Amino acid sequence: MVDLSALRRPPIIAASPMLRLQPPAARHILRAAPAVLEAAGEALGLSLSMPVCRASIAATRAALWLGPDERLLLGEASSAIETARRLQQALQQQPHSLVDVSHRQVAFAITGPQAATVLAAGCPLDLDPGAFPVGMCTRTVLAKAEIVLWRRADDGFHLEVWRSFAAYVSGVLAEAARDLADT
Amino acid sequence: MTQAFRSADRGRVDRTRPLRFSFDGRSYEGLSGDSLASALLANGVHLMGRSFKYHRPRGVLAAGAEEPSALVSVRRDAARYTPNLRATQVELYDGLEAHSQNRWPSLSFDVGAISDLLSPLFPAGFYYKTFMWPRGGWKALYEPCIRAAAGLGRAPREVDPDRYANRYAHCDVLVVGGGPAGLAAALAAADRGARVMLCDEQAQLGGSLLAEASGDPTDAWLARSIESLRAHARVTLLSRTTAFGYFPHNLIALNQRLTDHLENPRAGQTRERCWQVRARQVVLATGAIERPLVFPGNDRPGIMLAAAARSFLNRYAVVPGTRAVVIAACDEAYRAAIELHQAGVAIAMIGDVRARADGDWPEAARRAGLPVQTHTTVLGTEGRLRIKAARLLRLDTERRPIGAIQSHACDLLLMSGGFTPSVHLHSQSRGKLAWDQRVQGFIPAQAAERVRSAGSCRGVFSLAAAIEDGADAGSSAAGDAAACTTAFPAAPDSSRAAPDGAMAGYAGALPQPQAAPGSKAFVDWQNDVTTRDLALALREGFVSIEHIKRYTTAGMATDQGKTSNLNALGFVSQRLDKAIAEVGLTTFRMPYTPVTFGSFAGFARGELFDPVRTTPIHEWAVQHGAVFEDVALWKRARHFPQDGEDLHAAVARECRAVRGGCGIFDASTLGKIEVVGRDAVTFMNRMYANAWTSLAVGRCRYGVLLREDGFVLDDGVVARTAEDRFHVTTTTGGAPRVLALMEDYLQTEWPELQVWLTSTTEQWAVIALQGPNSRRVLQYLVQDVDLSAAAMPHMSVARGAICGVPALVFRVSFTGELGFEVNVPADYALAVWAAIYEAGAAHGITAYGTEAMHVLRAEKGYIIIGQETDGTATADDVGLGWAVSKLKPDFVGKRSLARLAMSAPDRRQLVGLLTSDPQLVLEEGAQVMLSSGQRPPARPIGHVTSSYYSATRERSIALAMVAGGRSRVGQTLCVAATSGDVPVQVTSPVFFDPEGKRLDG
Repeated sequence: MVDLSALRRPPIIAASPMLRLQPPAARHILRAAPAVLEAAGEALGLSLSMPVCRASIAATRAALWLGPDERLLLGEASSAIETARRLQQALQQQPHSLVDVSHRQVAFAITGPQAATVLAAGCPLDLDPGAFPVGMCTRTVLAKAEIVLWRRADDGFHLEVWRSFAAYVSGVLAEAARDLADT
Repeated sequence: MTQAFRSADRGRVDRTRPLRFSFDGRSYEGLSGDSLASALLANGVHLMGRSFKYHRPRGVLAAGAEEPSALVSVRRDAARYTPNLRATQVELYDGLEAHSQNRWPSLSFDVGAISDLLSPLFPAGFYYKTFMWPRGGWKALYEPCIRAAAGLGRAPREVDPDRYANRYAHCDVLVVGGGPAGLAAALAAADRGARVMLCDEQAQLGGSLLAEASGDPTDAWLARSIESLRAHARVTLLSRTTAFGYFPHNLIALNQRLTDHLENPRAGQTRERCWQVRARQVVLATGAIERPLVFPGNDRPGIMLAAAARSFLNRYAVVPGTRAVVIAACDEAYRAAIELHQAGVAIAMIGDVRARADGDWPEAARRAGLPVQTHTTVLGTEGRLRIKAARLLRLDTERRPIGAIQSHACDLLLMSGGFTPSVHLHSQSRGKLAWDQRVQGFIPAQAAERVRSAGSCRGVFSLAAAIEDGADAGSSAAGDAAACTTAFPAAPDSSRAAPDGAMAGYAGALPQPQAAPGSKAFVDWQNDVTTRDLALALREGFVSIEHIKRYTTAGMATDQGKTSNLNALGFVSQRLDKAIAEVGLTTFRMPYTPVTFGSFAGFARGELFDPVRTTPIHEWAVQHGAVFEDVALWKRARHFPQDGEDLHAAVARECRAVRGGCGIFDASTLGKIEVVGRDAVTFMNRMYANAWTSLAVGRCRYGVLLREDGFVLDDGVVARTAEDRFHVTTTTGGAPRVLALMEDYLQTEWPELQVWLTSTTEQWAVIALQGPNSRRVLQYLVQDVDLSAAAMPHMSVARGAICGVPALVFRVSFTGELGFEVNVPADYALAVWAAIYEAGAAHGITAYGTEAMHVLRAEKGYIIIGQETDGTATADDVGLGWAVSKLKPDFVGKRSLARLAMSAPDRRQLVGLLTSDPQLVLEEGAQVMLSSGQRPPARPIGHVTSSYYSATRERSIALAMVAGGRSRVGQTLCVAATSGDVPVQVTSPVFFDPEGKRLDG
């Protein structure tokens, strides 16, 4: 019997200096009332009661606020089962929804002093550090694709996008990077 | 003789950088800093175009964006050929190739000019009156002929090879216009710490200051202002950038031109960038446009606006003539006369339209010894390709002649009818406009956005006042931006506007002692609208300015009436003897100046026009020769042709493989929604028409989703994977709308339910195995899943693994055969698919595409949403009445199903159709008739929804929606086809294995 579990094959996306596809990760969407989210955060050692549109980070885990009752949990690829186990244990009888979406989306890192300008080719939000500070995250669009955008540094963004839109997003950003030279 | 009309000492052009260019194939020389118009004028070329309708020779009227006549095409290569550019806005570069338009065979001899002589045949609205017969003639004959005869430049047929870009931007204060008021506004706002953007359509900032003589004291102010703005880190300056549209909530669209002025743009360099700027506050400093005067023969080459002449002289170092007649209704004309006089132009006469001319500039002109007379009107002009003379007459206030008609020889006629504030963007923002008597123009009144106007665009004409006005606007805009003020600024104080009325000018047609039949006094240069057209419209009973505009097309050309609107209003006001304010104003539409399609499209072209979604198995399909089709944004394998097979052969082979052995199919695009929570079953009961309480964990059910109006919206198999968890599938195209609909109900109607939705469409890849051998293929690959019929009956689900990869295995069928759908996390799908395909080789496994899938399901009478349904079909109409719960108290759409019409016996119902010729495949969409030979208007009783050749039945089959169809089984009806009526027999929609025995293998 063949065992294919080592043959994980994320979408192939051409790399560019400003845009790097991130390695596979564990991802869960956790939805629950605030009190339940707080308990879930304790189980994971990471606050899930962050302010609106903010991310929290602890060690190798991160949680992104996507809605009043919705968090995107990120961790190392190998942690998916452990995350689910811990949350199921902690939340046993409390109403919640935990769904593994590790394979649903991929992540890009967009870095460099022009990162915000490149994103501004397709993202209508104000990405000035004053309006979109480090640690802020939100669901938004990049041209015709829905994305989750998280600012990790003044000149570095983390972008989550459903896998079938990854080639499109990378194509738009590559065009945008090409346009940068033409000021 | 090159550049004979170049001034030796004036201008802001670079005399050390001569540039070669061509116009209509003739070579000329210009200078760096020239516009095409100024370079042609420097060479003595005034004839630049032919007019739209009458093909009249035209020169250049203006020096900027408002130019209505000098429209040219600029060619870089066959694909880079841009028509309808204003020669005044085309920046010269070495090697520029420009062509005139709307003439044949040449600009100076144009056959089309016959229409000028025939003009009595083409009054306003002539095409509404003249080309009424025969009825078909308009489309086939008249319209093509008129379009060919009247017109502008031609668009290239090649694909546009240039790149275009989009960019979103945000700022505290956006300043539109880089003239004195705009620069002052930007500086004041920047000094208060605001994030500022300033855009200007010209290559250089400075606006009206660029038309001042170099060395003017304003030069230092301009240089200093630009330098300070550049020093501000939070200021963005955009030149060659036109603000062309004002959208709600202070979203302003800018078009930035990056390469059109370059001799050698880099390969792949962005040509234009479309900015969408969201500004907290906007300051409009868009300036004012000089009005022409309306008199007979006012359109000959050599007749131009006084401010344009100043601009040509002071900015471009061009002396636009040798002997000029100046017609003034505004003191600005005197400045032009004095400066031209200093540059060596003889001033034959300054004829002032007004009764008095005693301002500073008229006095200065008199002191300079220039001839000045008041009470002047123009009776006409002479000259064909260039003005030769102007006939003037003085009239008293009763229009009685004073003295004799004067004829002044000239090669230049300057006119100034006053300045019209450019309120386009303010008007686009839905702001109010008010007539101002001193300005003799409409100026911005109450704003309907967070916008202010400053400087001459609100009638503040004097330089000092405009700078002060700009600074005030910039400062208060920055203050409001910092305070996040959401209120619209109060209506502006108009006390600064035109305090002395010296700039008021004139609107309408100059008085004439008597009617001059045959002469043309142009109001709208670009659309060739004359006073006679307006007079005709009034005679025919039009009184609303909106109707007059549409009837005569005044103000409807690409220049949107920049130079003509107010004169048209003035003329109508004179004729109706009503104040202009009462006549009203037409709407200002975007774009301010024409914008290329490329700029609008930006990145969204070619491969990036829309996202192209592919499944994780796409690569395998490509390698195996799949032909793809578009389904929503997805690429799906339609069929896998082998050895030169056509579609039909491939589909027949794929269908036989499924029925006879095993087919493998990529169903990953199906929408998937995880419905989780203690109220999950309650939610499902309310959303879907089916009953869910009785569905046991580990079992599946076919679900039908209705809209509020009771019609079928979507369908799909739903599995209960835990007490509180459902795995819902939707159609490929319906996934986003089903999730949005569910989320909408959950948030707005049932917020009390403890249930949550998460899309897992892309988490799971779906590999369908269908056919009698499918269990044999799978059974040795799966772990912890018992595929036996006893353990896993039809419509069940099991969690386990395949090839060591976690899997959710469904036993379901969309083919009528024994079938499984293996869901694996997407990153593993390609490897799992390959493993299954390899294991299936011994069982004749065959990859099949969406076309075979369609045929197989049609053989079983399974519907496809959007094919059998069209938004007006109930579940019962398409044979799914059994799925609709009769017991549930409520579900989405239930109430609508109680309406009588929803159960009327003559509703269109799903049936099968069989042709008597088994090889004849009906056309999908064909109408079903009661009997053959009906003549229009015949009433169809149904239509064909799906039609295929069935390899299984070895004949054609079709599904159709037919009125009262189920009661017609056995009847012979008729299908209208292009080749003639085809008799068909109505049957059950199930063509194969009606007992469903094959589901068990």
